[in-house]
Amino acid sequence: MTDTLSRMLASRDWLMADGATGTNLFNMGLSSGDAPELWNVEKPDNIRALYRGAVESGSDIFLTNSFGCNAARLKLHDAQNRVRELNRVAAELGRDLADTAGREIVVAGSMGPTGEIMEPMGPLSYSSAVEIFHEQAEGLKEGGVDVLWVETISAPDEFKAAGEAAKLAGMPWCGTMSFDTAGRTMMGVTATDLAEMVDKLPYPPLAFGANCGVGASDLLRTVQGFAAAGTERPIIAKGNAGIPRYEDGHIHYDGTPELMADYAVLARDCGARIIGGCCGTTPEHLKAMREALETRPAGPRPSLDEIAGKLGGFSSASDGTGEAAPAPARNRRRRR
Amino acid sequence: MAEEEDDLILSELPDDELVPQMGDDLYDGLKDEVAEGVQILLDRGWAPYRILTEALVSGMTVVGNDFRDGILFVPEVLQAANAMKAGMGLLKPLLAETGAPKMGKMVIGTVKGDIHDIGKNLVGMMMEGAGFDVVDLGINTDADEYIDALAREQADILGMSALLTTTMPYMKIVIDTMAEKGIRDDYIVLVGGAPLNEEFGKAIGADAYCRDAAVAVETAKSFVARRHNQMPAG
Repeated sequence: MTDTLSRMLASRDWLMADGATGTNLFNMGLSSGDAPELWNVEKPDNIRALYRGAVESGSDIFLTNSFGCNAARLKLHDAQNRVRELNRVAAELGRDLADTAGREIVVAGSMGPTGEIMEPMGPLSYSSAVEIFHEQAEGLKEGGVDVLWVETISAPDEFKAAGEAAKLAGMPWCGTMSFDTAGRTMMGVTATDLAEMVDKLPYPPLAFGANCGVGASDLLRTVQGFAAAGTERPIIAKGNAGIPRYEDGHIHYDGTPELMADYAVLARDCGARIIGGCCGTTPEHLKAMREALETRPAGPRPSLDEIAGKLGGFSSASDGTGEAAPAPARNRRRRR
Repeated sequence: MAEEEDDLILSELPDDELVPQMGDDLYDGLKDEVAEGVQILLDRGWAPYRILTEALVSGMTVVGNDFRDGILFVPEVLQAANAMKAGMGLLKPLLAETGAPKMGKMVIGTVKGDIHDIGKNLVGMMMEGAGFDVVDLGINTDADEYIDALAREQADILGMSALLTTTMPYMKIVIDTMAEKGIRDDYIVLVGGAPLNEEFGKAIGADAYCRDAAVAVETAKSFVARRHNQMPAG
């Protein structure tokens, strides 16, 4: 076990990951619709500033600007032939910064979903998904990331395909899904489903968990679901800074730095060992989170009521498991 | 789980058992069976429009309700929509020939600057499943493309989708442009996408925000019905 993340997990109780990528780049003037990944080459200073924002705010782990840097997404910008290059540069910019930070920092190569629906419901085959992720993984590896970081996945097969790609690239990996639909992912995966699936993978991730989704409260309920499944594997919590609100013609996330500080401590109490933010989480939020994690004592696992009291209510009555979960009113009458 | 009965022979079922069975087959996403059921009803002399409303749309309503209630998820809904499509493939030419009433027509697209399309595709499929005609403009759609398509297609409904907080404000630009041209009230405007909410829909002047594809279908139906009621009699 020689990789940086494993070593840090072995010596620390918790690690702080970074915040938003997209939201922070939009604040630097990225136009919606443009591929953020092109900035790796066109505006590297902005990407350095993005990474530095996380590191200077106390993040132990930051993600590279490569979320949509796979052939399936880049083809929408006619940049599908630049996968290797754009990933490599995203990683190199991060590597340089981490190596001069003066403390140990994990550079995590972000790998977001392909955006395609997998067979048999959609057009993307498992083997194509592996190929798409593998190409990206090789670029990130070449640029020097410490670990691959698969995130915002909703389909089980896509998660598995990314894991297989990590294996092909010979890289350790972490994987998180986005639980945004009544406690499940868009494709119906519950927290328990993911915890069980991860433990059965032939090449399991170093850590797994949840990112994005709805609000901070929902995300912590999902983290509790992972912990309740009895996993020994480190759990990742990367929630949004509240919920987007539309005011005076622009959007902002309603989670304050104080709320995210509460969220970070609650996430640790729920059982997460890698704690960060997602959309809307700025360096200001990260500083408040770091300070809270360092100064507030760990506590017992909070009840759902305590979470709702501090962070706001849940978006759905249940997380899709247990007796409160909705069940179909009809019985199937025919053998399949 | 109890041992279930052997495969049913659809053609041996009387109408009042076949129709609920087709609903179940839609729910289970069995496209060959749904197409077979449609053919049997046609052979028995059912009008195409009756098959559409009583056998298919009613079945998809159950799918939509369970999706809305968090019982079914996207994979099951896509399969049900595919099964619906198989049935519609047989009915569509016949519906046109017989001059059957139309549910309405929707022009749908993901807004300018946004390239996400899973949600938009799902709404399109569910709307088709409910019997609407759907014209899909794809991703990265600007105001002129929406407005041209609405006129060209003589549509009733405009559907706009966005997955990014940075692209959702473009919906307001489209609605404002429609208002400038004096055509805003000619159409029902529905908006949706993960970062949106009802407050946002109201703030930009849409008729409704739709939380998911099932809600979009229900909302479209009720707005179309309201419009028909407002039309002068005769």
